[in-house]
Amino acid sequence: MGQRTPYYDTHVEAGARMVDFGGWDMPVHYGSQVEEHHAVRNDAGMFDVSHMTVVDLEGERVRAFLSYLLANDVAKLKVQGKALYSCMLTEQGGVIDDLITYFMNESYFRMVVNASTRDKDLAWISRQATAFGVSVTQRAETAMLAVQGPNARTKVAGLLDERGRDTVLALKPFSAALVGSWFVARTGYTGEDGFEIVMPAGQAVEVWARLAEAGVRPCGLGARDTLRLEAGMNLYGTDMDETTTPLESGLAWTVAMQPVERDFIGRAALQAQLDTGVPRKLVGLVLEDRGVLRGHQRVLVEGVGEGEVTGGTFSPTLGASIAFARVPADTGAACQVDIRGKLLNARVVQPPFVRNGKACIEI
Amino acid sequence: MSDVPGDLKYSKDHEWVRLEEDGSVTVGVTDHAQAALGDMVFVELPEIGATLAEGDACAVVESVKAASDVYSPLNGEVTEGNQALADAPELVNQDPYGDGWIYRMKLDNEDDLGELMSAEEYLALLEDEA
Repeated sequence: MGQRTPYYDTHVEAGARMVDFGGWDMPVHYGSQVEEHHAVRNDAGMFDVSHMTVVDLEGERVRAFLSYLLANDVAKLKVQGKALYSCMLTEQGGVIDDLITYFMNESYFRMVVNASTRDKDLAWISRQATAFGVSVTQRAETAMLAVQGPNARTKVAGLLDERGRDTVLALKPFSAALVGSWFVARTGYTGEDGFEIVMPAGQAVEVWARLAEAGVRPCGLGARDTLRLEAGMNLYGTDMDETTTPLESGLAWTVAMQPVERDFIGRAALQAQLDTGVPRKLVGLVLEDRGVLRGHQRVLVEGVGEGEVTGGTFSPTLGASIAFARVPADTGAACQVDIRGKLLNARVVQPPFVRNGKACIEI
Repeated sequence: MSDVPGDLKYSKDHEWVRLEEDGSVTVGVTDHAQAALGDMVFVELPEIGATLAEGDACAVVESVKAASDVYSPLNGEVTEGNQALADAPELVNQDPYGDGWIYRMKLDNEDDLGELMSAEEYLALLEDEA
């Protein structure tokens, strides 16, 4: 038996197919992964993401600490509640994890990191934090719920009193606010509008029930994966890890090389890679032939070399198979993918594939 | 609870087999298998004329979640694939024992059918696996 979130019984009662996910018993779907996917694109769905880790960082020098710890620059966080997506790197520039940091106040930042990387993340962060006198506290007593879809914000607002409603509906994208005992962020992993809510574990089940009553559909990890892939969002451990730099992972936009005075862990390695030329890149693929792209399939780029699909699926929104692939930097607009010994044609595209319910690429 | 029709034969890999009047057999995946795999999005059929031995991976059913091999439950030669699945792989979910059949084959030896499980035996296997 794996670790259980406060929603475990709720999932089982709702008929979820439970699977092991990084040591946690999590729902993969509640009947139909595809219907759950469409619910998020067209209406509202909710995901138990309590397995993710909330880490609070406190201390007078917390901003200086994060400036050194993260490849993106926390100097961008000027307004309270604002969020920043960043990679945390090794000295060699490899990705330890991708995470979101929230600016609470000048001596307090909150971080949400992946479940599968929790132990190594906490060890790494704590090790680096010592020199800055920053305390690192994991918030384990919380539940975390992602409510996503074009109608998600209205459904969540419906659970709150007038003041809470006004606060959450006024939130700008990639911003968060404290609402009573909740921490509500206008963030997500689906390419749709919505909230991610951190709440006391004791409230979890009731909030879920009220959202379900309001027509929010429970969605599992299966739909979460097809939604994030369509949205062009990387998955840690699949699309990047410690053996790849963010520059090779489609995440150059999250690395702040300016200002040059800012030292951060991994900076020298990234600079060296930029100086000599980044050898590989992460691209989107759309399969032109029938079939399904999957992780680890071989990619052949004529006259250039070979690469590999990092993660692929069938896109329920587009009705075609899509993927991320790591390919040589010189890869052009077309490639072939080896699927069970057959070479099928694929088109190279710039993700995202789908955002806010609409296709971003032609099929 | 999975649907397990009494008039079919079953393999331990969750395929079903129906003996047709002309002596050929139809093969598909069971209701239990389709439910476990989830929403089908692609089916790769065996080639007509292919010679299969029991246990050969001969077709692939892919759900949004994953690709899964279909293993030939018997020895024989493929005579037909269900072309309807090219445009409607979801038939495997909707009607696993009917329109969602996968392929037909001519058996090398009809007696081999006796090696497969009855519905009762297959139900017992499902209970064991649960």
